[in-house]
Amino acid sequence: MRFSSYQTEEFYDEMFQPDGCPRPHVRLLVDTIGALSEGHLLRYKHAAERLLLQMGITFNVYGDSAGTERIFPFDLIPRIIPAEEWDRIERGLAQRIHALNLFIDDIYHEQKILKDSVIPAEIVLSAASYRQQCQGLNPPFHVWCHVTGTDLVRDRDGQFYVLEDNLRVPSGVSYVLENREVLKRIFPGVFDGLSVRPVNGYPGFLLEMLESIAPPVSNPRVVLLTPGIHNSAYFEHSFLAQQMGIQLVEGRDLLVSGQEVFMRTTKGLERVDVIYRRVDDDFLDPEVFRSDSLLGVPGLMGAYRAGRVALANAPGNGVADDKVIYAYVPEIIRYYEGEDPILPNVPTYMCWRDTDRRYVLEHLSELVVKSANESGGYGMLVGPHSTAEQRADFAEKIAAHPRNYIAQPTLALSRAPTIVDDHFEGRHVDLRPYVLCGKEIYVLPGGLTRVAMRKGSLVVNSSQGGGSKDTWVLAS
Amino acid sequence: MNHSPQPLLSRVAEAVYWMGRYIERAENVARFLDVNHNLMLDLSGSYSDQWQPIIDTTGDRARFQERYDTVTRENVVRFLAFDPEYRNSIYSSIVAARENARSVRETISSEMWRQINSLYLMIAEESRDAVLASLPEFCHQVRMGCHLFEGLTHGTMSHNEAWGFITMGRHLERADKTTRLLDVKYFILLPSVSDVGTPYDDVQWSAVLKSVSGFEMYRKKYGRLAPERIVEFLVLDGEFPRAVRYSIGVADQALHAITGTPRGAFSCASEQRAGMLRSELDFARVEAILAGGLHEFCDALQTKMNTIDECILVDFFARQPAGTSARAWA
Repeated sequence: MRFSSYQTEEFYDEMFQPDGCPRPHVRLLVDTIGALSEGHLLRYKHAAERLLLQMGITFNVYGDSAGTERIFPFDLIPRIIPAEEWDRIERGLAQRIHALNLFIDDIYHEQKILKDSVIPAEIVLSAASYRQQCQGLNPPFHVWCHVTGTDLVRDRDGQFYVLEDNLRVPSGVSYVLENREVLKRIFPGVFDGLSVRPVNGYPGFLLEMLESIAPPVSNPRVVLLTPGIHNSAYFEHSFLAQQMGIQLVEGRDLLVSGQEVFMRTTKGLERVDVIYRRVDDDFLDPEVFRSDSLLGVPGLMGAYRAGRVALANAPGNGVADDKVIYAYVPEIIRYYEGEDPILPNVPTYMCWRDTDRRYVLEHLSELVVKSANESGGYGMLVGPHSTAEQRADFAEKIAAHPRNYIAQPTLALSRAPTIVDDHFEGRHVDLRPYVLCGKEIYVLPGGLTRVAMRKGSLVVNSSQGGGSKDTWVLAS
Repeated sequence: MNHSPQPLLSRVAEAVYWMGRYIERAENVARFLDVNHNLMLDLSGSYSDQWQPIIDTTGDRARFQERYDTVTRENVVRFLAFDPEYRNSIYSSIVAARENARSVRETISSEMWRQINSLYLMIAEESRDAVLASLPEFCHQVRMGCHLFEGLTHGTMSHNEAWGFITMGRHLERADKTTRLLDVKYFILLPSVSDVGTPYDDVQWSAVLKSVSGFEMYRKKYGRLAPERIVEFLVLDGEFPRAVRYSIGVADQALHAITGTPRGAFSCASEQRAGMLRSELDFARVEAILAGGLHEFCDALQTKMNTIDECILVDFFARQPAGTSARAWA
C-alpha cells in the first residue's frame, strides 16, 4: 500500500501538506509504512480485527434482534500530534474545565454570573439538564466535572475548535488504551524511532482522583456503577473497573440505609464511599429523578446530599453541557478566569435569538443544526447532506422550540489517511481528549481520534458507523 | 489504603459459581460425545447404535424426545453439541458461561475472558455449518478450550473468594456428571449377565472410564477391568480428579476457604451439608454401596448435591434485606 496516489483534496490533512509532502512530524511514519512489503498492512489489519474480536471489544448494535456484536472499526495508521501543538490543547482544556467547574458551582450557589447578566438567567434555568435538586450542594474541591471528554475538531484552516464539552458521562477512553495495546502488539515496528507519550497511566490517575474526593473515612471504598451488561459502553465500564481493581456494581447491588450506601456481598453489607457512576442523572435515584428507573438506587441522592458518599461526575453538571450554554463558554472563561479562551468555540447561532433564528431558517442547507440536549449524533441535521423533507421537519421543530436548537456552520473537518479496502483514502476525523479533575487537572496525552468511515461522512459516532485510530502525542 | 481482602458482591459470586459449572458441563458433554462416538466404531451390529444412553446421562430424555423424532447420531450431536434451545448443550453452556464472564469481567483475569470468548467464537462458527466436519476434532477442541480456561483460572487469577466460588461450582458439577454417567452405564451394563467377560463388556467398561478420562489412571491402580473396582475408582478414589469423593473434597475445601471456618466444623447450612457428604464418602466401602444398590446410591448422591447447591444459594447469593449486617468500621 502506497501513499503515492493519496489525495488530500480540498481538506486539511493530518499527515500531508497540500503539495503532497508529508508534514514534518509524520515523515518517519510515512517512511516506515512505505518500507513495508506489499500485503503486510492488510495482514496486520486482519490480525488486529481478530484480536479485537477475541478480546471482546465489541458493541451491541441497537435494533438488531440477533444481538450482533461488532468490533469498533480500528484503523492502523496512527494520528500524530506534535508536542507543541498538544501543549496548547492541554492548556486550553485545563482552562476550559477549570472555568466550567466554577460556572457550575456558581449556578448551584449564588448565580453571580446570571446576576451580572453575562448569560440570560432563563437560558440556564430552562436547560433540561439543570437540576434544581442540586442547588446548594458542595462537592469536594468545588469540582463537578471529574471526568470530561471534550470533542475537538480541526477546520479547513488547521485550527482546533471545541465542538462539544461532554461533561456528563463521557465514554470512549477504554478504546484509547486498548487501541494502543493492539497497535503495540500487531504493528510494533510503527513506533520505531519515535517517542510516543504513554496512555496507560490513565486508570491509576482516575483511581487517585476518585479516592481524593471520598468523604473523610479511613480506607474509602470506590466502586463503578454501570447500567449493566446491555449498555453500549459496558465494555468500558468493566475494563476501567478491572484496571482500577475496584468493584463493578449495578443499581441492584447497592442500597441506602441511614444515609449511607452499602453493597450486598457474600458476607453481608459493605459500605461504599465513592461511586464513579456511568449512569445518567435521570436514572440515578428513582426517589429524586425518574421514578421509573430500575438502574439507580433509591435514596442515593439523600446520601450524597448528606455528604456520606461522593459521586463522580457530580449530578447536575450537565447544565454546562447544554448546547445553548456551550455558545457562552468563551464568555464564561473570560468571566471566571479573566483571560481569553485558548481553544476557540465553533461559531454558534442560538435559535432563541430572533436574528439568529431568521438566519438559521434561511440557511438550513448550509448549517449543522443540533438539539440542545442530545448527544451521540442524534437529533442533528447536517444541512449540506439533508433532504428538503428533513429541512422542513427541522424548520418546524426550531419554530416550535427555539430554545432547544442551535446551528453552526458545516465545518470541513480535517481528514487523515485511512485504510479503505486495499488503499488509503482520506476520512474525516475528530479528537476527544480526556480530562480528569480533582484537586488538580490531568489531561490524558492524546485521546480518542474518531473516524467517519463512510466516504464523505462527517459523523464519527460509533453508533453511526464511526471507527477510531490510535492517537499519539510526541514527547518532543 | 485498603489491603484487606475485597468483599465479593453476591451477584458476582453467583455469576462466577455458575460460570464454573457451565464450563465443566460443556467439557463433560464434549467428552461423553467423543467417547461414545469412538465406542460405536468399536462395536458392530445391534450394539453399534447406542446413542440413547448418552442422552440419559444428561437426564434430559424428555427434552430430546420433544425436539427430535429418532435417536440418530446426527440428532444426538445436534441436540447435545449445538442446540441453542436446549440449555445443557455445549453451545448453550458456553454461551451462558461467556455471558456470566462478561458480567464479571473486572473480577476474572483478562486471559480468562479472552479464552472463554475465543471458545465461544469457535463454537458459534462450527454451529453455523450444517455438517460437522469432524466430531472427534470438535470435541477435542471444546475439551482443550475448557481445560485451558481452567488452567488460566488456576494460574492467572488470585485464589481469592471469587476463585473459591468458581472452584466450588466446577467440582460440584463434575461430581454430578460422574455420578450420572456411572448410574446410566451401570444400569445398562449390569443386566446383560451373558455379556460379562466378553470383549464387548471390556470395551464398554473402558468407555465408561474414558468418559471421565480415567482409563489410564485406573489401569495404573487396579490393572484388570472389574466393575466393582471401577465403581470404587469413580466414586471413592481420593486422588483421581473426576472421582466423586475427590470432587466433593475440593468443593468442601473451597467452601471453607470462602467462609474461613476450619474444616470439620460449620458456620452455615452449605458447610454442614458439604461436610456430611464428604465424610460419608471418606468412610464408605464399595461393597456396601453395591449391596444397597448402585442406582439407589447414585440417586441419593444427586439429592445431597442438589441440597448443597440450594444451601449455597441461600447462604451466599440471596439478597439480604437492609441492615442485617454491616462491615466493621476500620
